Amino acid sequence: MKEPSAEPAVTPPASRLPPLPAVLIKNVRLLDPVADTDTTGCLGFRDGRIDYHGPAAPKGARYDETIDGSGLWLMPGAVDLCARMREPGHTQKATMRSESTAALAAGITALCLPPDTRPVIDNTAVVVRVNRIAKAAGGAYVYMLGALTRGLEGDALSEMSALKQAGCVGVGNGLAPVANTLIARRALEYASSLGITVHVVPLDPALANGGCAHEGAVATRLGLPPIPVSAEAVAMRQWISLVEDTGARVHFGRLSSARGVALLESAQARGLPVTADVAAHQLFLTDEDLDGFNAMAHVLPPLRTAQDRDALRAAVRAGSIGAICSDHQPHEADAKINPLPMTEPGISSLETLLPLALRLVHEGVLTPLQAAARLAPGPAAVLGVEAGSLGPGARADLVLVDPALEWQLDPSAMRSRGRNTPFARQNFAGRAVRTWLGAH
Amino acid sequence: MNPGLQIDADGRLRHLLTIEGLPRALLLEILDRAEHYAFDRAGDKKHAVLHGRTVVNLFFEASTRTRTTFELAAKRLAADVVNLQVSSSSTSKGETLLDTLKTIEAMQVDMFVIRHESSGAAHFFARHAAPGVAILNAGDGRHAHPTQALLDMFTIRRHKPDFASLRVAIVGDMLHSRVARSDIHALRILGAREIRVVAPRPLVPAGIEQMGVTVYNQLEAGLDGVDAVILLRLQKERMIGAFLPSPGEFHRDFGLSRERLERLKPDVLIMHPGPINRGVEIEGDVAYGERSVILEQVAHGVAVRMAVMAMILGETGGGRREAQAQ
Repeated sequence: MKEPSAEPAVTPPASRLPPLPAVLIKNVRLLDPVADTDTTGCLGFRDGRIDYHGPAAPKGARYDETIDGSGLWLMPGAVDLCARMREPGHTQKATMRSESTAALAAGITALCLPPDTRPVIDNTAVVVRVNRIAKAAGGAYVYMLGALTRGLEGDALSEMSALKQAGCVGVGNGLAPVANTLIARRALEYASSLGITVHVVPLDPALANGGCAHEGAVATRLGLPPIPVSAEAVAMRQWISLVEDTGARVHFGRLSSARGVALLESAQARGLPVTADVAAHQLFLTDEDLDGFNAMAHVLPPLRTAQDRDALRAAVRAGSIGAICSDHQPHEADAKINPLPMTEPGISSLETLLPLALRLVHEGVLTPLQAAARLAPGPAAVLGVEAGSLGPGARADLVLVDPALEWQLDPSAMRSRGRNTPFARQNFAGRAVRTWLGAH
Repeated sequence: MNPGLQIDADGRLRHLLTIEGLPRALLLEILDRAEHYAFDRAGDKKHAVLHGRTVVNLFFEASTRTRTTFELAAKRLAADVVNLQVSSSSTSKGETLLDTLKTIEAMQVDMFVIRHESSGAAHFFARHAAPGVAILNAGDGRHAHPTQALLDMFTIRRHKPDFASLRVAIVGDMLHSRVARSDIHALRILGAREIRVVAPRPLVPAGIEQMGVTVYNQLEAGLDGVDAVILLRLQKERMIGAFLPSPGEFHRDFGLSRERLERLKPDVLIMHPGPINRGVEIEGDVAYGERSVILEQVAHGVAVRMAVMAMILGETGGGRREAQAQ
């Protein structure tokens, strides 16, 4: 395995480097999941918008740069439904600048912050502050969720209307539970009357009980406090029942189990407005990866069994899980230097999101077009934002991928401030070689 | 599981973290060596194997008996022993576990005997210890308590040396028990005929069958025909209400009474890692009755811990001295 000869190049966004260049990419495999087309041809864009998409180069048009895309794929930039930048509040772990530029280099053109920053995104002042930090950081475009309840404490509704007005693309309670089901129901009613999607990470706190590993043979052998599958299933059933009452749109984030998938699909089959995503690592790792007390595989919800992993893969393929996200959680080194139950959960995963999606393609789980769909229009639809099209007029959030480029993940070479990854020193085939951020 | 961490390239014991993955020959070697320390009563009890070595008992959980047996073991091998009881609160003042290890390690320590409430703590310390500094796991969370399992095997072997014909029942709180997990691994390595786990459902961890045991939720069936019974301590303060209705109800269904004992094999061994809850998992007179080997277990604990320490640090073992010589 050799390291890629060149670092992935990043073209900074409009706000920092006007005007946007006019670029023509020729002979490239064009994966357009919105048009559902997989063709080889040319794509041109200028002023941050796509202005040409066709089998041959446009006649007469002038571009600042022409790229020969032979052997490469051009896809819409990935939209990551859950990535923590650690700013504001936890800048010992990472900063908006370090993480949003890492995202962009890895082919992620937009990402969504959960509301559990410090301070919590539960009022417009914080939204304005986060937007300001994000704009100055100059990386991937940053969307954010507002808090569902004030301070994420689960006992009072947040000012969702104001949060929406300020630009939040949804509301959620992060990993904090809404223990009171009456509050949860009213929050759904209120959000639905405003047309806001409620993002839920389904994990019943009593059943999760502070655990750190999937309840099963591995956790039992290692003596790790277990989290049963019912922690996910019970929470999902409860929220689905409330969706049945209210008709509110609920997005389940970070599914981890086959039972969770079954509940999702049966709710969808009944026409309920529920969607879901899965973190990319859940499609590859299982609880066996905790063996030897591997703190890098400590995530929440926990890694489960191979059966669960396969059910999640099937759901991604079928589209019932419409989005793959990074669930990026960069940490300082100390956060993982402890006995496993005392370590902080989470993976620094921006830089493996697209490569793992490509691995699903290489393993025959997804077609290239399906992978592009789960990375861009799928998540964009959940957020209600524009992304995922390669058609003329669409925003030029684009990633050029070399699907065959062999490389090895070297934590010390990661752009993210967090080097906590269970994929360290693994070989990958394919990564982003260039990313463009269009007009936002 | 990662035998490389506790066994070196030459197959010698570097640390003792878990019974899982220990080669049978090595396990037997520990027991044989313990035999030597337990019954060599010709002279005084001292063996100068660890003369000039420093052993630190680093206990993050309260313990008197286990710590005492480790202390005695080290002293009988002529090591210098320091006992440190570190409360979790002092580590929350900013010093991390790694800081604590490195600070004490800097004082030319050869071996840490560590007890900690987190599963995986011993592996963590072994991974971060300087070359030649040995880690002896005295209990990490629910994961492992390897010297307890060794002394249990030692005790069983003295009375019933043929493991291949042995049926053993482990009774009580399997969910939180590191002793049970280590005993199961040891019994498997020694080829026990049958290992049973006997407990009410809330105290049986998921997937324990995959460790090679049969689960029984009724005491009578679980004890039928067994050669040894290992009772586990029920942590009453943690159990009542959340896991079990009451100590009385547990005793009624799972406590070992005189009457129940009468129905077992006449030569059955009654074992308990201690400290016992009289009238909960066992009746007082059974605990010290003729079939109980509970006090033998305590006595053997010192010999087994001497054997492990001598094998890791002694004339055939490694340790800081050897690491420096290399």
